This record gives sequence, structure tokens and C-alpha cells, in this order.
Amino acid sequence: MSFINTFMNGEQGLFKPVNLTPMQKLTLRFVVVGLFYYLFAVVEGMLMRIHLAAPGALMDDKQFFAIMTAHPLVGIFGSSYSIVFGAFLFLVPFLMKKPLWSIKLANWTLWLVAIGTFTFWFAGFLSHYSPLYTLYWPLPADFTQFSVVGGIFFVLGIALVMVGTLFFVLNIFKTIAYTPEGSEKQIKGVLASALGFRRLKNADGTNVVSTPVAAIARGTVDTMLNAGIITFTGVLILVYMVAALLGHDLKHSAVDALLYKNWFWWGLDLIADGLVLIFVAGTWYLLASLITGKKIFMEKWARAALLVEMIVSWFVWSHHLMSDQAQPAFLKIFSGEMLTAFELITQGLAFFITLATLWQARPLQMSNPLKFLLGGLTGFALAVPAGIMQADLGLNRILHNTQWIVGPHVHVAILVGLTMTLYSAIYFLFPILTNGAKLYSQKLANFHFWAHLLGGIGMGAFMGMAGLKGMLRRSVYFNGEFNLYMILAALAGSLLLFAFLAFFFNIVMSLGLKGVIGIFTPSEKKTKDLLPS
Amino acid sequence: MIDTTTVLAGQTIAYTLYVIVILLLMGWFGYQITRKGKSEGIKPALFYSFVGFLVVLGVSLHIVTHETIPWKPIDLNRDKIAHDKLFEISIKDHQYKLPADTLKIDQNDMVLFKVTSEDLTYGFGLFRQDNSMLFQMQVIPGHMNDILWKFDKPQVYTIRSTEYSGWKGSNMILKDVVVVK
Repeated sequence: MSFINTFMNGEQGLFKPVNLTPMQKLTLRFVVVGLFYYLFAVVEGMLMRIHLAAPGALMDDKQFFAIMTAHPLVGIFGSSYSIVFGAFLFLVPFLMKKPLWSIKLANWTLWLVAIGTFTFWFAGFLSHYSPLYTLYWPLPADFTQFSVVGGIFFVLGIALVMVGTLFFVLNIFKTIAYTPEGSEKQIKGVLASALGFRRLKNADGTNVVSTPVAAIARGTVDTMLNAGIITFTGVLILVYMVAALLGHDLKHSAVDALLYKNWFWWGLDLIADGLVLIFVAGTWYLLASLITGKKIFMEKWARAALLVEMIVSWFVWSHHLMSDQAQPAFLKIFSGEMLTAFELITQGLAFFITLATLWQARPLQMSNPLKFLLGGLTGFALAVPAGIMQADLGLNRILHNTQWIVGPHVHVAILVGLTMTLYSAIYFLFPILTNGAKLYSQKLANFHFWAHLLGGIGMGAFMGMAGLKGMLRRSVYFNGEFNLYMILAALAGSLLLFAFLAFFFNIVMSLGLKGVIGIFTPSEKKTKDLLPS
Repeated sequence: MIDTTTVLAGQTIAYTLYVIVILLLMGWFGYQITRKGKSEGIKPALFYSFVGFLVVLGVSLHIVTHETIPWKPIDLNRDKIAHDKLFEISIKDHQYKLPADTLKIDQNDMVLFKVTSEDLTYGFGLFRQDNSMLFQMQVIPGHMNDILWKFDKPQVYTIRSTEYSGWKGSNMILKDVVVVK
């Protein structure tokens, strides 16, 4: 088959979009949107890396900080949320053997997240609205630095994403709880069981709600709470913006900056220390059991750890305020240090249980899902202890807001831990969602794995070294103080870009250009079934 | 008093060793699970031992740092510890306002910095001439932000904002304005 033919029709012409069910198309659309925004985030990351190594070469500081504001939001909402939402909207009904509660609502989620992400990105790009995702009060309402109109569109973009997120939450909970038309009535308390408040067992002693579905349900609680916090925060900022548009200057001091910071971090940690860790642990369990075909090792503990993680995630926010001297010492020690240390335990358990599940099933073939799963496990094994170290009052004094935080902790957790776990799921679901399409090149998949793993760890390591030498995050150094580390981090970062391009090319060649376009055309099959019968 | 550079050097060594161990472990694990051979079950005792190890590690880290990093107990008890010198600093419109052009400190002085912001959230950090950090804190508007620090080495420090306060904050640097003799 010629290159052009493969490019147009996919590897061996196996992928036929016309045979896809609406659910398969929906899930693939989520994945495509998520990957598109991942590319956005990687390119933005590379532009920032160049600015840090050579300030002013490509852009000025205003543009740099506007990119820095949009970058994590594009990565989290546009990319991770899209892929995770798409995967879970497929997996929950798949694992519970019933249709999704509402495909229509899931479509709304997809387009609200996609359009919302573009809206806030574009608003930031044009207006340079850049209070960062931290939004420390009263910076988001400082209109001596930022455009009011740009800010309004930025907040509206985020609001669209949050509405889409709440639709996802509703869809997941309803799918777990409802009885499909024509089916035998589902027993009561399934949702409570998924959330960990009831124990429901089948006659054979197995759980009515599988552990991965329980993880998704518990992570979705944090997703819902976080969406509420972000929406409230957006409305508060919007009040100041609308007032400014109407010529009124509302008093910033009416909002207490420390209280706001506590509120904001309480909400944001529901993502960073809540849903991410819970969803990831659940995905590890699911992938490990699917890859091995075996039961999860110590499943009772795995479920208990998921519940503990959800509850712990509501109380750990103060580790972000350890350098805030007005923050009560009790909160710094109890919430910031002691409860945060629980995350070492819960995530450590998930790590051990997943490895043990794999070990008990050996020998295993080193498939793409397995190698990326091991990569994801490695990422969190490196990033979680780095986070626990900075959540210490003594160490935080010399680590807070340095490149250490954002390198070995944040980027290794997201790029190596989370993203490689998501890639594992994508490689696993690929033949299921495409009705048996064949991957174009295993060599490219191998390159994708190694370049991503080494690029992610390498970038995090060089950023961390700079941080330990005193380099701050969110700061530009104009005299080349940390150039060596920034150049090395940029080189490692470029490996991430090449890894993604190899993956993207591999997927396009596997599905063909016609196939990729076909994903976005309406499905001809009128069925709520997940897969073709 | 142990210097922050000593603590960071210790952290660098400890974390680097940890990273090497994890990478070797995962490499070994990836190789082993693909090898032919009879699969053996994992004893629950190993799992419970691991849980115990994590609990001990999580708790002991903070106890160890409390006992070995001197500025941690100083910070927690700063309202009860007498200071030799006090500097009151305010920030407005991305500008630090110092009580003097140079903040002069005698070696072994216990110094209290009280920093207030009249508008945005800023940071307050002291950096050595090689750009490494001595300490930092956040400066929240509407609240008193204070830090107590013992200066036991003659050194010259630069003040730099350690928190993003918009693009105007890029140059919040006062070079060599803290002098310890």
C-alpha cells in the first residue's frame, strides 16, 4: 500500500468510520479534541521554554505571562478533561453493561469544553489577560494591568468549560444510578455503593460496582465540587469586571485576600490532589486488570484507599499556604503537613497494588498499554514524594515558588504520571473504539514511549536543579543566571514535542485522513449500544 | 545554624538517590514481568509492611525536619522569640519601600522582617549573590506578613519578589540591599 493511500485510508484500510456507533464516535471526538489541545499546550510550553532561555527573542513579557496563564488551563481542561471525560463516559457504561444515560448531554460536554477552552485561550492571546491560574486576589481584578473586556471573555470561556464539566458529572452519576428502559430494575443504593457509603455485593461475593467505576464516581465528586468553586470565583471576578465596565471601581479590600486564597486552593486542590489522584488510581486498577485478566490485588484496600483519598483531598489545601505567614500555624501543620502526608500513603498503595496485580500475572507481553502504564506509575512514584517534601514547613521556606515545585512535582506528575496513564488507556482502547484498526507503526509507538518518558523526566529534572539553585517559577531572568538549566530543560521539552508528533502521525496513518474526518460526521447507526452488535 | 544551602544539598542527594532507585526498580520490574516462569503470589505481609513503611516515612519526615532545620521551630514560635532588629517594609505599585537604602545587620542578629502590601499579593525573598535563595515568604494585602531569621554569616543579599503580581512585577529586585557584617 502506497504512503499516500495509507495516509488517506489508514493502515490496510481497516478503519471504517461508517461502522462506528454514536458512542464510539463521541469517545473518539473527545480524544481528538484532547490531543489537539495537548499539542497546543506542548507548543505553548516550548515557546515559554525559549523565552526563559532567551528572554525577548520571541515575545515580550506580557505575551509570555499570557501564555503562562493559558498553558495549564489548556492542558488541564482542554486536554486532560477532554480525554478523561471521553474515556469515562465510555468506560462507565462499558463496565456497568448498560448504555450511557444521555449521549446528547455528553455531546454538550464535548463542545462546551472544546469551545470554552478556545474562548479563554483566544481572549488571553488577544488581550494578554494574565493573572495566572492562581488568581491571587486582587490580581484578576487589577485593571491597571489587564483589559476588562479580555478578562470577561476569559472568565466566560472558563464558565463554558465548567458547565460542560457539570453536565459530565450529571451524566456519570445518572449512568451509575439509572435503570435502562426495558431492563430489570437495578437494585437500590448502587450510587451510594460507588461513592463508598454502602457495601453492595453480588451473590458470588463480587462488588456490584467495580473498583474502577467506584474510582470514577469518587473522583467525580471532587470534579463537581471544583466546578462549583471555580464557577463561584469566576462570578466574583465578573462582578468586579462588569462594575469596571460601567465605570465603577469596587473596593478590592472588600474581599479578604487570605480568605480568598484559602477558598481558591481548597477548590483547586480538588483537582490536583483529588480527582487526578483518584482517577489515575482507578485507571491503573482498570488497566492492570484488563491487561492481566486478573482480579486487582488486595481489592478491599484499593477501594478503601480511594475513599480515603477523596476525603483527604478535601482537607489538604493548606500545603499551598505554608509561606503565608498570616495562615494559622494549626492549618499549616495539620492540613499542610500531616494530612498531605496521607497522599504518600494512598498513592503508594495504588502504586503497590497495581504492580502486584501485574506481577501475579507474569509473564506478560510488553504491549503499548503496559509500557505506558509502567511509565505512568514511574511518573507518580517520582512526583508524589517531591510534593510531600515541599509540603514541609522547613523545606517549603526554601522551595516555595521555585522551579522545583513546577518541575519534579507538577510537570513530572502531569506529563509523565498522568499523560502516560492516559496514553496507556488510549492505546488500550484504540482497537475497541476503532473496531479493530491496526496501528501503523510499532517503531513509532516505541519512539513515542521513550521520547516522552525521557523528555518528561529530563525536563522536570533540569527545572528541579534550577529550583534548588534558587530559580523562581513565574519569573524571567534577563542576565542568563540559569541559562544552562533552561537550555537543557528546553532540549528535554523538545523530546516531548517530537514524541507527540510521532504519536499523532502514527494515529493519522493508522486511521487515514478520511477516517479522522469521518469521526466528526454523524453516525449512521441509530443505537445506544457502545459497540456494533 | 545550618545553612539553607546545606539543607538543599542534602535534599538534592536524597532525592537523586531516590530517583535512581525508582528508575532501576521500574526497569527491573518491566524486565521481570515479561520473563517466562511460574507466577508467584505476593504475600499480604509484604503489602502490610509497605503500608507501615509509608506511614512511618510520612510522619517521620516532618519530625526530622522539625528537629534538624532550625528555621522551622523559629518560624512556628516567632511571636515568643525576641528579635535584635526589626525592619518594616511596605510594597505598593510593584515597588518596595525600605526603611533605609541598605538594611544593615550584625552577624548572629535575630532579625524580624514585617512586610505589608498596599495593593496586590507579592513575595519577599532574600537571595545570595550566586542567586540561591536564603528564604522567602508571601506578602498578602490586608495582613501582617512577618518572618524571623537568624543571620549567622557575613553576606550580601538581594531582595526579590517571589510571587507573580502581573507583568509589571518582573523587575521587583533590589540588588545587594541587605548587608550582614
